[in-house]
Order: sequence, then C-alpha cells, then structure tokens
Amino acid sequence: MNEKLKETFSSFEGKEEELIPLLQKVQENLGFLSDESMEEIARFIRVPASMVYGVATFYTQFRFVPKGEKHIMLCRGTACHVKGAPRIQEEVENQIGIKVGETSEDLKYSLENVACIGACSLAPCAMVNDSVEANLSPKKIEKLFSTSGGR
Amino acid sequence: MIDGINLIVKRGKTILDIATENGIYIPNLCHHPDLVPSGNCRMCMVEVEGMRGQIIACKTPVEDGMIIRTESQEISLIRQTTLELIHANHTQDCTNCYKNNQCKLQEVTAYVGVDEKRLNSLRRTKPIIEEDGSNPFFTLDHNKCIMCGICIRTCDEVQGTNALDYGYRGFETVVSTFGNRPIKESVCESCGECVVRCPVGALYPKEEKLPTREIKSVCVYCGVGCNIYFGIRDNKLVSAKGDKNSIVNKGRLCVKGRFGYKFVNHPERLTKPLIKKNGEFVESKWDEALDLVAKKFSVSKGNKFATLSSAKIPNEDNYVIQKFTRAVMGTNTIDHCARLCHAPTVAGLVQSFGSGAMTNSIDEFTNASTIFSIGSNTTAAHPIIGLHIKEAKRRGAKIIVANPKEIDLCRFADIHLQQLPGTDVVLLMGMMKVVVDENLEDSEFIKERCENYDEFIKSLNEFDLDTCEKITRVPKEKIIEAARSYATNKPSSLVFAMGITQHSHGTDNVLAISNLAQLTGSVGKESSGVNPLRGQNNVQGACDLGALPNVYPGYQKVTAPEVQEKFEKYWEVKLNPDNGLTHTEIFDQIEKGQIKSLYQVGENPVLSEADANHVKKALDKLDFFVVQDIFLTETAKYADVILPATSFAEKDGTFTNTERRVQRVRKLVEPPGEAKDDWWITCEIAKRLGGSGFNYNTAEDIMNEINEVTPIYGGIKYDRIDEVGLQWPCPDENHPGTKFLHKDRFSRQGGKGKFFPLTYKASVELPDKEYPLILTTDRSLYHFHTSTMSRRVKGLESLNKEELLLINPRDANQMNLKNGEFVTVKSRRGTVRVKTNITEICPKGVVSLTFHFHETPTNELTICAIDPVSKIPETKVCAIKVEKIDHK
Repeated sequence: MNEKLKETFSSFEGKEEELIPLLQKVQENLGFLSDESMEEIARFIRVPASMVYGVATFYTQFRFVPKGEKHIMLCRGTACHVKGAPRIQEEVENQIGIKVGETSEDLKYSLENVACIGACSLAPCAMVNDSVEANLSPKKIEKLFSTSGGR
Repeated sequence: MIDGINLIVKRGKTILDIATENGIYIPNLCHHPDLVPSGNCRMCMVEVEGMRGQIIACKTPVEDGMIIRTESQEISLIRQTTLELIHANHTQDCTNCYKNNQCKLQEVTAYVGVDEKRLNSLRRTKPIIEEDGSNPFFTLDHNKCIMCGICIRTCDEVQGTNALDYGYRGFETVVSTFGNRPIKESVCESCGECVVRCPVGALYPKEEKLPTREIKSVCVYCGVGCNIYFGIRDNKLVSAKGDKNSIVNKGRLCVKGRFGYKFVNHPERLTKPLIKKNGEFVESKWDEALDLVAKKFSVSKGNKFATLSSAKIPNEDNYVIQKFTRAVMGTNTIDHCARLCHAPTVAGLVQSFGSGAMTNSIDEFTNASTIFSIGSNTTAAHPIIGLHIKEAKRRGAKIIVANPKEIDLCRFADIHLQQLPGTDVVLLMGMMKVVVDENLEDSEFIKERCENYDEFIKSLNEFDLDTCEKITRVPKEKIIEAARSYATNKPSSLVFAMGITQHSHGTDNVLAISNLAQLTGSVGKESSGVNPLRGQNNVQGACDLGALPNVYPGYQKVTAPEVQEKFEKYWEVKLNPDNGLTHTEIFDQIEKGQIKSLYQVGENPVLSEADANHVKKALDKLDFFVVQDIFLTETAKYADVILPATSFAEKDGTFTNTERRVQRVRKLVEPPGEAKDDWWITCEIAKRLGGSGFNYNTAEDIMNEINEVTPIYGGIKYDRIDEVGLQWPCPDENHPGTKFLHKDRFSRQGGKGKFFPLTYKASVELPDKEYPLILTTDRSLYHFHTSTMSRRVKGLESLNKEELLLINPRDANQMNLKNGEFVTVKSRRGTVRVKTNITEICPKGVVSLTFHFHETPTNELTICAIDPVSKIPETKVCAIKVEKIDHK
C-alpha cells in the first residue's frame, strides 16, 4: 500500500462508520480519490469496494481525477447563465482541450462546473484556484488559457 | 383480514408473503423471495385500518386482527404515478426484449395501468446509456433498469461478491460496478444469479435460447453435485437453470454450472473411433477398433495390464470398468485421479474414523457456529459450498481460514492463519496443544468414543507454541484464538481439500485433522464434523465403486479372502488376491517395461500428474495404449486407439457427490456422431475377450447389480432417487440414507475413533539458494482441472485465458519484475514460461500457479515425492526459481 495512505489510515480504527471521514481525509492528503485509495479504504473498513464507490459518487465534494495545476470552477449560477455561461464553457473547453469534469493529461488544467460562486455582479465569471476571474469573454479566455501565450 | 377475506396466518410473515400465499395479488417490483425486502419500488403499498397513510406490504409483518385493503383510490393514484415515472426512464421496445412476456414491469403495468398522456409528458430526459456487453455470458442494459436493486442485493446476500451497488445516486443513479468499469473488469464472478433474478430485461443472458423442454440432471464440474434443469432445443443444450428444490444447491449455480455446459455442443467432440496408423489417427469402424483393442489386450493380461478409470463418468461405468479389469484382465491394477487428490483422506480417515468421506451434509454448514476451512480454496473450487459458508457467516458463524494464500474466502474470515505451505501438522498440533493446555477438550467424548488418547497426548509435547510459530510463521496469538474458537464455539465444522492432502505427509495432515475433531468432540454430530471436499463430480462414486487397486466396490478389501470369494461367486470367475498398483506406481512400472498395455478412460495425466515429463516418457514406452474420452486430450495424442465416449449430457447413470449423495444423471441429447456410453464400450471389449456377465441393456441394469454386491449402495434404486438423491450408507430399500456419519459409533472396527501421535515432517523439497521460492498449486473459479471441458467454453476461456504466476511484490521487486511480463519458472524437473501477476495474495517466498493451461504445464515443475501411505504426489510444495527473460 501507498505510504501516504498508510499514514492517513493511522488515525482511524477501521470501522465501517468511518467511511466518509476517511474519504475526506484521503482526498485532503491525495487531492482526489484514486481507485487504489478507495479499494484500500474498502479493505481497511471491510466493506465492498462497490459500496465505497457508491457513497463517494453521491457527494459532489469528492473528486475521482486529480486536480490540475490550474483548477477552473466555471460558475453556472443564474446570473452567469443569463450572461452566456454556456458559451464561456464551450470556449474554455476548446481552449484547454478538456471537457467539464476532466483533467488534462499533463495535469496543467482541470475543469468543473459549480452552481454559484457568489460574485453575480461580475458575471460571467469563474474561479481559477483561489482567484476570481470576472466578466469573462472569449477574448479574455484566450488570454487567460492560451497555450501559446506562455502563461 | 385482507380485502374482506379472513386468513389465519403464521407470525413473522409479511403482509405481502401472506397475500401471495393466499393467491391475493399485490403488485410489486423489487421483491424477491430469496432476498431481504428492501421496500424501494413503492408498488406494494396497502392500507391497514388504524394505521396512518399507506403501508409497504413487503416490509410490514402481519399482526393479529389486522384489517388490510389492497386497493383504494389513493393507493391506485400513487401506484400509477410511481409506475409512470419508472416507465418514463424505460426503453419502450418490448417486442425486442428478452424478457417480453415474462417481464415484471409488464405484469405490474397490466394491473396498475398508466395514463398515456401524462406518461408522454414525463418521457426520458436522461441520455441513452450504452449497453455493457463486456461479460461473455450476459449484457447489462441500463436503459431498461428499473432500480429495484435486486441485482445489487443478490450480489450481496446470495453471492457475497458485491460487484454492484448504486452509483451516482440522484437524478443520474445507475447500477454500477466499482469505478463504473465494464462488468468484465470488476470483481464480478459471472455466476449469473443477478441475471436470473432481474425482473426486467436489464440483465439478460447472451446466446441463450428458450428451450423446447427441460430435463433435470447433475452438473459435471466439481464434487458439490448441483442439480440443474438443462434446456434442450434441436438436440442441443441451450440453457441451464438451478433446481430451486434441490437440497444441495437450492437453485444457485456458479459460473461453470450455469454456463459451462456449452462444451457439449463443441465441434471438436470425438465422433468416431480413431486408430493410429503410421503415426496418424485414422477414423475407423467400431468393430475394427474394438477387435484390435481386444486382440492387443488379450496378450497383456495380469500384471502387464493397467486401467486408469475416471472420476468424471457415472458410477455404473466405473463399476463395469473395474469389473472388466478384475474379472477379465485378472489384475487389481486399476486406479483413478482420486490418487492425486484425496487418497490421504481415504487412508487417514479410514484409520481414525473408519470411513473416508465427508461426515456431514452440505446443507448442515449453514447451521455451524464455527467453520474451519484449511487447505481449501472453497469459493474457487467448490463455489456453492462457498455460498453455504458465506450464509453461515451471515447467520453469525465464526469463519477460520488456514491457507498460505489470502484467498477470496478470507474476506469473510474472522481469523486468517497464513501458514507456510507444508506445515499443517504443526499448525494443527499447535491448536491442539492450546486446547489441552486450556482444558477445552471434550473429555467425555474422548473417554467414551475414542482410543489411543494417551499415546497421542505424549506426542503433543513437541509442539510448544514458540516452535509452532517459528515453523508455520503464524503468530501464536492467532493459533490460540483459532483453537479457542474451534473448541468452544460449537457446533464446529472442519472443511479441507487439496491443501491438506497433496503432500508427502498428506496422511499425517489428515490424521492431525481427525485428532483435532475428536479432541473437541466435533465429529459425528449435526453440523459438526470432518469434511473433505471432493474435487470431481464423481470422484466419490469412482472410489465407492472400486476404481481403486485395493478395494472392490463398497470399500471391500481385495486381500480379504471372504470378499474375494463373494465376488468370485457373483462374477463366476477366479480373481486376483493381490492389491494392484496405484496411479503413480503404474507410470513407474510402465517406464520399467513391466506394464505393457494401458486402458485409460476420461483422464489427462500428461497435465495432471506431478512431474509430467516422467509421464510422457512412460507413455512413449507402452506397447498398446487405449484412450476413451470425449475430446482429443493432450494425453490422447499418445494413444494407439481412441474410443469416442458420450458426455454426461448424453447418458443415463448416477454421480455421487462429495456429501455421499447418489444422484441421477439423465440423457439430455443424442450423442455426437458414433460416440458411445463408456459402459457399453467396456462391455464390448470384455465380451470380445470372453468375459461373461457383461450383457447389460441399460445403466439401471448395472445399478441393480451394484445393489447386490455393494452393501453401502444396497438400497439405492433409480425409482428412489428420481427426485432427491440418497446418501450412503443405504444398505436396503427401506433405509432412508445417512445424513451424517459416526452418529453413535464410528464406522471403524470396534466402533471407536482413534487418535494418532504425530511428528513434524518437512516437505521433501524445501527452498534453497538455487531454488529459493516455494511453488504451490491452486485452482481458478473459471476452469476445471486440465480444462479439457472448460477451455472449450468460449466465455470461460475469455474470463480466464492464460496462466499467471502469482508472486508477492517484495519477491518481484528483488528480481525487478514488472506486472504482466513473461518470466521463466524453473524447478529441478522442468521449465515453464508464464506471465506474472504481482499480488499480496501470495506471501513473500511463496508463488502459485494453477494447472489449467496446456501452454503452461505446471506439473512439469512439481515433484513426484509420494506419501508413503497413500502414494499421493506432493503437488503443493516444491522449490523453484523465477528468472527474468532477457530481451536483448
């Protein structure tokens, strides 16, 4: 077993009711839930792996692919939607070459939709890691994520 | 009272159970009688006077004075709306569906009705999900799934595999494997139990047709002996369904039982006798082949002749073959593959208990409080007994697994003792030391029912726990825990198989087991005993009917003059008073030129015998070699004459399963080409050699003769076993058969069980500098033995298509091996090339292979060191080295 997982498990007893805290802790330490980590959790608390997966996929807080260096959370709230979020999404997907829910192979980018980031006055907007990118337009997106732009 | 009808009912049943029993229909989708009610489809709601709102009938127990209504305007409306929501997400193409006319959704819809207009406005918003057709035997179509969860609960409650669960719960819920992978890449064991139970067409079998008719018979793979209804259409087997009323399998089947019958229809079946002329096999007429065989056999009677019979063919055929060998060929040299599997069991348990069979019935496992499985990969080799053990676990039993590998059953184990291969005597004696030191023995049982206890106790001194821990590598705390559980948490049942027997000290291992059972009084009782799991479908029967060199049918000794006299009188011929040779000795004598002719029925020693190169050399030396089989096996290639036999599906007869139950095998289809029943072929040879008493017309004629000369089979008549098989001993026609052995007295002479003092004997070939790893052999769930049948089933082949060397990551790292790369495995006897599977299933220092694949003949590596008592070769332990293949 992966050393990092072993360390994560060391503060747990291996009981079934620890499943969700375990998933959270593993995601905190690994950045996401790999297949291996979920299988090891299943072994550790002696429940079927399919059940661990069933629980994990219910909660939106868990992710199954690693985050990219730049983790983009596109706002799909009402204000952003009205201001053209679907087109913005298309543009971002074209620009970085991955779909929502995916991570690029070089681990540079990951992309997901969120319901609202609470910055409606800046719509359409997105968060890239911890900062808000406001008033997005195709041009701005190109500038932000252009692979040739050297950023 | 339901709908105004007064009913008197038993407590503990649900409203739905009671309604169904009394012919009152309450619609339901997620209910299945084999499963715990889940109440998620909301169709079975009813109203109960005095209770608020609607009640779920499948989860509510009936109570005194309940007044139940199954219909009301409100119930109707709720059911209809719920049903419309299910239909909205369901493919509307019934005529193209496998389940059309047998669909539960159709049934419920016909009763409840839907509002077409409202339904159309609700229609599917979810995108179509692609079918999962990865499994070779069945398809999962999510678009037809109604989320009843029956497949998920079956995989959990019945099979214990848990391949499926709900995933992505919410609007997007699907039945999902771990990681939502294709089913073939999941932990699914392809047993098909979910497919059988799916109420709609979401899980449906591939290439299976509805049959014209169904006939009940017995599975031909392992020794469990599951009862199956085979479907027949156009003289072909097209389906298989577990018999729900069978006490053996209760309707359940494993992947081989449900789908493995397909080899019967395989185009490579032998259809005509073949005679080798100038090194080539040429088709011939039956008369020509039989005349030739008779002519050649006539010059090698007595000790120039040997027969290898088969554990795959019925009792009747085995009886005739041993009769032919003894009465016509004048020798007792007849043996079969039991020599390579449970010979030590017979040798050991006959000495200690008087009888070498499973003492309990399969059905008794579920009521055991402790089940101790040692040296048995139960879920792979005897899957349905595996299910019984899992069921016992669910009922609260403690499961102890002793196995060098972390086998699948360990998932259910409370204690896993991971002993080093070949150290079982030490482990068991260590446990007995704990029992004695902590005064947990059953003194009364020992005093009244056993003998030789004092001698045995002295031999325990050698086994202090520190020594045991050192030799077995099992921490002593675990030995103590296991001993306490087995000795105190009764009834305790012990299960064992090849991991105990296939050693140069196999008989000692078996004696250690019988010591432990006697010490704790765990034998001769219901759900408590010593249970060797027999491997082949009819290995029990082949032994019972005397396909052994030292006993006539019914374990009557060849060397006993009164027995010899009895058979001489019955068969009207002089018989040989000397024990014959065993399987392993036969090949030695062939190589030495003593045995000139070999008659071999349904066996494949080139792959199954230890040190297989030795077998090949021997076969080359034979003057005349006859093989009687259903396929051209690796061994058949060495034959001079090959005689095509019928398979289990084409003949009548009986198989005796591992719990001594004699069950009817029935002719399902006509044989391919000119293939003939084994007993017919042997009778024809016998008659040509002047043998008398070989004029049988049917298999039943043979059973009638068996009844007369075999006391334990005395009362086993075809009409008595038409529905349910009988368990021997069954001495006469009024005897009900014997559920468990040794009830009030042991069947040993004198009626007492016997303890045996034991010492530790190491395996013959231990790892050293040159050959540093221990090789142990195992089985796969998907194949059987040398795979003559299972690899001719396309689906089984695709689920497990090649041999893999299981090796611990630490050993692999030392040699810098990658997962899946080809390596060379060498022993002092042979070399094979095989891909690696790096896994923690094997502990450091131990690697494992099966022997299912002719491309990787594992038994060219194993050692033919034999147990002095039972003559079994040590296929579980030999020393090997693994070498990386240099690709330069």
